[in-house]
Amino acid sequence: MITIRKFYYGDYGESKLDSSSDNETSSSPSGVGGEWPLWEVFIRSKQGLDHKHAGSLHAADATMAIENARDVYTRRMEGISIWVVESKHIHASNPDDADALYDPANDKAYRHPTFYNLPDAVKHM
Amino acid sequence: MDQLINYTLFLADNALIMGHRNSEWCGHGPILEQDIAISNIALDLIGQARNFYQYAATLIGNNATEDSLAYLRDVKEYKNCLLVEQPNADWAQTVLKQFFFSTFQYYLYQQLQNNNDEQLKAIAAKALKEVTYHVRWSSEWVIRLGDGTEESKKRIVKAVDELWMFTGELFEPASYELNTNIDFIFLKENWNKRIRSIFAEATIDVPAETSWHQSGGKIGNHSEHLGFILAEMQFLQRAYPNSEW
Amino acid sequence: MNLEENFQQKVDDEIKIEPKDWMPEKYRQTLIRQISQHAHSEIVGMLPEGNWITRAPSLRRKAILIAKVQDEAGHGLYLYSAAETLGISRDEMYDQLHTGKAKYSSIFNYPTLTWADIGAIGWLVDGAAILNQIPLCRTSFGPYARAMVRVCKEESFHQRQGFELLLTLSQGTEAQKKMCQDAINRWWWPSLMMFGPNDDASPHTAQSMKWKIKRFTNDELRQKFIDMIAEQVKVLNMTLPDDELKWNEERKHYDFGKINWEEFWQVVGGNGPCNKQRLDARKNAWADGEWVREAATAYAEKKLAKQTTNAA
Repeated sequence: MITIRKFYYGDYGESKLDSSSDNETSSSPSGVGGEWPLWEVFIRSKQGLDHKHAGSLHAADATMAIENARDVYTRRMEGISIWVVESKHIHASNPDDADALYDPANDKAYRHPTFYNLPDAVKHM
Repeated sequence: MDQLINYTLFLADNALIMGHRNSEWCGHGPILEQDIAISNIALDLIGQARNFYQYAATLIGNNATEDSLAYLRDVKEYKNCLLVEQPNADWAQTVLKQFFFSTFQYYLYQQLQNNNDEQLKAIAAKALKEVTYHVRWSSEWVIRLGDGTEESKKRIVKAVDELWMFTGELFEPASYELNTNIDFIFLKENWNKRIRSIFAEATIDVPAETSWHQSGGKIGNHSEHLGFILAEMQFLQRAYPNSEW
Repeated sequence: MNLEENFQQKVDDEIKIEPKDWMPEKYRQTLIRQISQHAHSEIVGMLPEGNWITRAPSLRRKAILIAKVQDEAGHGLYLYSAAETLGISRDEMYDQLHTGKAKYSSIFNYPTLTWADIGAIGWLVDGAAILNQIPLCRTSFGPYARAMVRVCKEESFHQRQGFELLLTLSQGTEAQKKMCQDAINRWWWPSLMMFGPNDDASPHTAQSMKWKIKRFTNDELRQKFIDMIAEQVKVLNMTLPDDELKWNEERKHYDFGKINWEEFWQVVGGNGPCNKQRLDARKNAWADGEWVREAATAYAEKKLAKQTTNAA
């Protein structure tokens, strides 16, 4: 009999080997400690533009991270300048604070140029 | 004319066989990021080979094409140096071979940039940018392995032992290289200087310069490895002659 | 509104879920499994095609194939990174692959016998993958969706090169035409299986649709693929190996024959022609690379220590 399993594209179910491998986050023998650190990659696609987050990768050190970023994220001439930073050094805002941090900006329409009505005669402002 | 053709083929064959060897890593690298890196180098080198072959084909005429040159010449007609056809073995041997070869290409292309031949000059100038990166990438790996763990040190030293004897050939001009205006003494000096400085940083000894060197690749006397490379590479063109792919 | 309702509201409103947002544990687990298995498929998928890099019949084809297989490494990398934002390391995911706990697309357990297989994979297998992947660009989890946007952008050349390769064969010698038809015959059914079991055999699809991890059902996508390929195959002057394939004017779709699900589950379960070979190749690459990765780590640590002493 065919057992029915969850199946999405790229999802072929998983085989249970033994009960000990049940735990999704059980530590692997290779160990996280031995893994090259994770880096975030930021790429400037054109002169004059900001660096934009492109993705992440693993590298043993910063020199290698930049070279890996060049090989991984600029294969199709996507960039002219690369920043890398080790992911552990990124501090992120907490989504639970979103209301406190960003909502107040919602009612400050006067920060936007369209808030101000000027006569059509005024050009280039 | 024959000399120029042979010299162009020599440049092409070196790039193709080295690129072919690198491409063997695709899907089997030590980590995903480096799998991608070495495939990039393979692509650069195959691109260079195509430029040289295309130029050689126009010199030869007779309906020669980049593919007839790459796929329908036998071992004895290939002019690549012995170094590039050596097996990849492990990562140490691979990156060291790359370092020896890319450093050679780097100083050679620098001189070729000032060659009288406009085509060779243009191809070299374009390729030099790629090769600069290959030198950097492979140097860093040689240093990492030399100054990494005991295991990596052992392996890179073994690689030096095995590959060193194929480096002498790079600086022994074949007859078709004599009129190329390449200053071989200068080429060798530069190459040696770079090898010494990187080896020093990697804490590896440089073998004696007087040690014995193998040669013959440039005139078609190859190691056994090239025959297997070509058997694999040329299989389809040989099994289904006169077909478009 | 409780956390779960709030979460569902966001999903319903097409607001992307980001790694630090609250999410149901089951959603996280499902995503880890789906993304990592998708990543594994890219990496294992490098092998059947990588086989032919050293045998590609022209320098142009050789360069194209290297670039394509290399792209797959890149796609695997983007996907592993997306999964890593959910709190699992790449090493752990590899471990799941190597121990056989995690699966990858069963299609890559079939062998590439001739050069035409490279074309058939590009046209059929990548074609099927693209249909699956385009809706995933709008999947509810931000990092996954962003990775898929990048993948889809790069993937577009893969299918075209496959079709072009077959087109060249189909206009070539008798032997090449035969090679072309044979490859289509062997890859057709396995590529239909890539969409997964029929919808009535995938009871969990509903949950995934609700979470917008999945946006179309297996059968919807499969039908779309068949309709598309049944037309394209005419340009090649080749046929698809299905006697029951016929346009249905009423449904405005092609009808097609029965898929051999027994074969599918056998291949998924490890009994395909190349399962062991593929997994061994991955395990060996990883094991052989261990000393390399350690050396780089050791060197980075030494360099850091030196910098610190110099600074002190």
